[in-house]
Amino acid sequence: MTTITDPPRESFRLSQLLYDTRYRSITIQIVALIGFLLLIGWLISNTAQNLADLGKEPSFSFLADPAGYDINQRLIDYDSRDTHLRAAFVGLLNTLLVAVMGCITATVVGVIVGVLRLSNNWLVGRIMTVYVEMFRNVPVLLWIVFTMAIMIEVFPAPRAFRGENPEATMKVFDSVAFTNRGFYVPDILFGHQRLPDEDGNAPAETWRTGLGDFPIGADPDNAACASYYATEGPMAGQPDTGCGKIQISLDLMVLLIVLGGGLYASHRIKKRADRIQQATGDRPTTWWARLAVVVLPFVIAAYALGMHLGYPALKGFNFQGGTHLRNSLIALWLALSLYTAAFIAEIVRSGIMAISSGQTEAAAALGLRPKRIMNLVILPQALRVIIPPLISQYLNLTKNSSLAIAVGYMDITGTLMGITLNQTGRELETVLLTMLIYLTISLLISSVMNWYNNRVKLVER
Amino acid sequence: MSDIHSETVAYVRDTMLPEREPPGSTVGAVGWMRENLFSGWFNTILTVVSLILIAWIVSVVLPWAWSPTWNAESLNECRGILNEMGREGHFAGACWGVIHDRWVQLFFGFYPADLYWRPILAFLLLAPALAPVLFSDKVPAKLLYFTAIYPVLFPWLLWGGPIWTPILVLVGFVLAGVIFSYLSRASGTLIGIIAALAFVVVWFIWGLGAISGQINHMLGVSRLDAKLEQVQDRIADRTAELARIDAELAETQAELAEIMKAESEAKETGDGAFLNLINTAQPTRQRLKGLRAEKNLYGNEVSDLNSLRQRIERLSTNVEDMPRLEEEAAKARADLPQDVSNVRTENGLSALNQRIANGEADVPSENVAALETALTLEAKLRATKEAVIDTYADVARIGLRPVDSRQFGGMMLSLTIGVVSIALSLPIGVLLALGRQSHLPLLKALCVGFIEFIRGVPLITLLFVASTLLNIFLPPGTSFDIILRVIIMATLFASAYMAEVVRGGLAALPKGQYEGADSLGLNYWQAQRLIIMPQALKISIPGIVSTFIGLFKDTTLVSIIGLLDPLGLSNAIRADSAWNGIVWEIYGFIALMFFVFCFSMSRYSMYLERKLHTGHR
Amino acid sequence: MKKTVFLGALTVAGLAAGAAAAGTLDDVKARGKLNCGVSTGLAGFSAPDANGEWGGFDVAVCRAVAASVLGDPKAVEFVPTTGKTRFTALASGEIDVLARNTTWTFSRDVDLKFTFVGVNYYDGQGFMVPKALGVSSAKELDGATVCIQTGTTTELNLADFFRSNNISYEPVPIETNAEAQQQYLAGACDVYTTDASGLAATRATFENPGDHVVLPEIISKEPLGPLVRHGDDEWGDIVRWTLNALVAAEELGITSANVKDMASKAGNNPEINRLLGTEGNLGAMFGLSPDWAVNAIAAAGNYGEIFAKNIGEDTPIGLSRGLNAQWTNGGLIYSPPFR
Repeated sequence: MTTITDPPRESFRLSQLLYDTRYRSITIQIVALIGFLLLIGWLISNTAQNLADLGKEPSFSFLADPAGYDINQRLIDYDSRDTHLRAAFVGLLNTLLVAVMGCITATVVGVIVGVLRLSNNWLVGRIMTVYVEMFRNVPVLLWIVFTMAIMIEVFPAPRAFRGENPEATMKVFDSVAFTNRGFYVPDILFGHQRLPDEDGNAPAETWRTGLGDFPIGADPDNAACASYYATEGPMAGQPDTGCGKIQISLDLMVLLIVLGGGLYASHRIKKRADRIQQATGDRPTTWWARLAVVVLPFVIAAYALGMHLGYPALKGFNFQGGTHLRNSLIALWLALSLYTAAFIAEIVRSGIMAISSGQTEAAAALGLRPKRIMNLVILPQALRVIIPPLISQYLNLTKNSSLAIAVGYMDITGTLMGITLNQTGRELETVLLTMLIYLTISLLISSVMNWYNNRVKLVER
Repeated sequence: MSDIHSETVAYVRDTMLPEREPPGSTVGAVGWMRENLFSGWFNTILTVVSLILIAWIVSVVLPWAWSPTWNAESLNECRGILNEMGREGHFAGACWGVIHDRWVQLFFGFYPADLYWRPILAFLLLAPALAPVLFSDKVPAKLLYFTAIYPVLFPWLLWGGPIWTPILVLVGFVLAGVIFSYLSRASGTLIGIIAALAFVVVWFIWGLGAISGQINHMLGVSRLDAKLEQVQDRIADRTAELARIDAELAETQAELAEIMKAESEAKETGDGAFLNLINTAQPTRQRLKGLRAEKNLYGNEVSDLNSLRQRIERLSTNVEDMPRLEEEAAKARADLPQDVSNVRTENGLSALNQRIANGEADVPSENVAALETALTLEAKLRATKEAVIDTYADVARIGLRPVDSRQFGGMMLSLTIGVVSIALSLPIGVLLALGRQSHLPLLKALCVGFIEFIRGVPLITLLFVASTLLNIFLPPGTSFDIILRVIIMATLFASAYMAEVVRGGLAALPKGQYEGADSLGLNYWQAQRLIIMPQALKISIPGIVSTFIGLFKDTTLVSIIGLLDPLGLSNAIRADSAWNGIVWEIYGFIALMFFVFCFSMSRYSMYLERKLHTGHR
Repeated sequence: MKKTVFLGALTVAGLAAGAAAAGTLDDVKARGKLNCGVSTGLAGFSAPDANGEWGGFDVAVCRAVAASVLGDPKAVEFVPTTGKTRFTALASGEIDVLARNTTWTFSRDVDLKFTFVGVNYYDGQGFMVPKALGVSSAKELDGATVCIQTGTTTELNLADFFRSNNISYEPVPIETNAEAQQQYLAGACDVYTTDASGLAATRATFENPGDHVVLPEIISKEPLGPLVRHGDDEWGDIVRWTLNALVAAEELGITSANVKDMASKAGNNPEINRLLGTEGNLGAMFGLSPDWAVNAIAAAGNYGEIFAKNIGEDTPIGLSRGLNAQWTNGGLIYSPPFR
């Protein structure tokens, strides 16, 4: 629309709001905004009216009331006298735990299956196809229930470990028990028990001690903190469970700091070797030094802190000691990982197939072996195609973890939107809060992954 | 070169050797195996491991699945049969009787047995309705008309109701189309779209109800007497039928008891006697089952007819009562002050009383009493009105017998939720995708916000919204039944994903298409309608199918909010004391059903992808 | 009348009438159907058979109410509800009465605003353990893994019990009875806890019921009964007195077999006459026909018959009357007089 002269300036007419493209977009947006606000207002007024009719008032004060129920898997201290809010937080941590574990496993399994599907071994290729189709075409809820049922039926009950000739035994040097209540694995402990033994005698080895735990938000009025504030006695300085909001293991902190320092030093050594190589062309042998700076301080610190493994042992009804990976966690984790892995496998496969065969041939022409072709040429390029759909699979897995209620895994859906909702009758508040939490998690994951994606993205001209 | 022969020397061969057979190790089964299974040590290990895995799975599953329990009628009978075969314990064998007993229920839920043809037909007709869209080159274009009426035919077949409801819906859309085409020519596409949408809303909220109410009333009045007579005849007929069934039932039960007398003896005899007995009893049991189903069917019909008869008999009093009630209710409310008059429910009243007791509100007691009267009268009026409307609707109905959505269940429920939600989410998804691509920042922000919100929360939370909150968000007094609410939330859920699929399709179109449309002088909507969307949607079809598969699988989540989809039914079946304790058979069957549906759909979508790949990317 | 408007528009899809207000009786009569909330499946209490016909102890209550209001025990729409959805369904008017073994508690009555019309089953939370465990009291369960059904008062009772006895336990929350049973049988938990009726029902379907014992401790009172919304006393009365009619019928010796006979003419017992409408007109007082109780009793029998047919000792569930015997037999089942 080129005109030689400017159109004559006209006075503004109302119809321009509709027909003049300069103004129309503004009109449309304002109309849309008004419509949107009206919709929101309508929903809120309906809600207010309905709640008033039901005699309910929206309020989040119930979150401060005692929850009254117990949760089996808790990553922070919790008991039935704690608040609904804390119960929800325990649930949130459980959600995050299974989501992170699931994402990692799904990626590993998915990549392996995706690559194996392209394998030239006919049988393996077929099995992988069957696996992928089986998992992709059956609802994940069914898989979760199925995995749980298998866990329950296949592994022995703890009582099978009892007796002179038990039907089942612990595996891996008697340190791991696979039961149908979950897996009991050794956990890492610090220091020696400074408590007297059953006869009241002080144990012989009391010189090696851990640093103990540091409670955040400890309160002298709290009975559980009595031992923490005590200056003498066997447990002096050690907070009981329930003292403070969160307890931080100082031993673990120290170990992590030592490990981090070691890794940093190792990194510096590598940098130095790189510099030398740049300058002289010779690369000094550094593997022993790099290994030593990581391992030695760690071992020394671990010894000083009295790090040792606590083995599970059958006591009473259950195994005691060690870490208990409950079968609800394992079933959910396995089912989600395997289900998502089937999708990831397809993504990986199509990512690999998207790389033109010229790349493979060129790499082969350079004399690279098939394994190195995959690692050095194909996968790095395929990764760029793979990552965006991978992000949405991670999001799906996290969202699907909300199906935990099917196996009684107490995640945020099971606590806040489950028992809390049921006991308090606060549907509006609990459901909206749960949605908000999931939304936040999803947005966080996608922003982190998008940031990573932008970093590895091929910079195009 | 021609003189090779002339220079031939003794040690140079001058004739071609005949082709030799390839070595035995590279052809046939052996060669194939060497090539595909045992090339290299790594592959060999993989193959061996795979073979062991397969062998192990087969050795566990096959003996379990091989179990002659098809005719058993309870878990105990299964156990009896298996014990007799010397198979004990937890994995003794499958109990297929549960599938035999309940597979129809797993497919159709509680849908009336005499009407199974309706859902079957509805889902079968989906194929001809989709054909003109998917295979425009192979089927006559006339079939598009069928595609156009299918969206109203489908719910009509499933839910039933008078024939004029789907017709009026169609009329509404046709009128909206007319308005759109007229206005878009006269004053721009946007105005046309807005006007047409406004018309559709008005039509659905006011017009449709009013018109069908009018039809119901007119037809109802004229057919009232005839219908009453017909109902009475039918009741008499069905009651006689029921008496016959009862007699037959008693007879068959006696027969069965005669056969089953040998039960405890057979259990002790062993050697297949018990299995034989079960198999002998099978025809009788089958007959008994059929009779029970028939009795149930007729019983329900009589119950419905009786209820209709009573309502018809009450109709005239109800019609007379209405004006009186209306007047009295209005009178009771007339003098109330505004804040008291706003109270519309009993709970509101009790809240008001609470406030009065707390001294927060000052309302004279006669006002409270008047309000109470008004509330009672209004409730009565509302119920009476509803009764009158419903009765007229039932009397006037020419069409299909209505089926409540509560009676939907099993696979059919999953399919219905999936199909309806995907169909509804497609237009919403297209609009959202366009909004997301729009240059108007506010519009874009709204669409992105909606899409990201829906995609950021798990479906289960949306289903909880459907089951616990949706009614709270709607105007007081409106209430959809739970399946409609689930469909609404599933539609919102699917439309966010659909928007992303369509956006992918839009992004895949070369820029030249947009520029070409612009250069033809088409405006935005014309360009979208004529150039962009047809291509973008075509590219998106595989994505749409996979969204459908995803949603279809996710419909199993409705079991968590208490709907009886296959998974929900599995719990209900296991609550039957005959089948209490069944695990694998029923889960396996459900998994198989889903697998068959989803796998065939995904294969079909792959085929479509190849077919639609017209190569202009 | 927004609803009617929607009604016209959505007849295709079917619409549940719902109004959280008075006039439930009128609504039910207008609809010609009673919407009754039941459990999605609990052996003996509510479960659909292969024809989709619901049956069970709770279902019988629904049928009796439908019979007394509408004269037809089949005029019921059963709405399966879960532990989480049941109260919303009732509050929003989706169902008229909830008969889903729900415990009568203070907060449900007062805070959630429901009226419990009575108790149709006196229950209590108990424990079941395998005999091989050698446990004879719940107090010996220190460190045990306990399977609980979520969405009930069970988990709160359990937490309170173990806390007050200062012993530890590992809770395993499970959604449905069927899955809890599976876990318990496989030994994934040592103890299964739920209402004692549920324990007995579950135990009865085991392959070897004798291998399992129900511990003597009953750690809670679980009066289970049907409930309706606050604020509609007329409707509450109808459900309450239908339940009472079933109880009174057993006490007075009225059964489904003889009820038609007894109702055909006035007899010597005035209370029977009043109940069956042959003397006075109690039904008219709450807007029902005089033979309301006759219909209710004819629907599924009196309380004793319903009990015996669905969960009694001759059924696979095999519960004895215990607390649920008539007060004349030392139980707690007791109906106020019809007068």
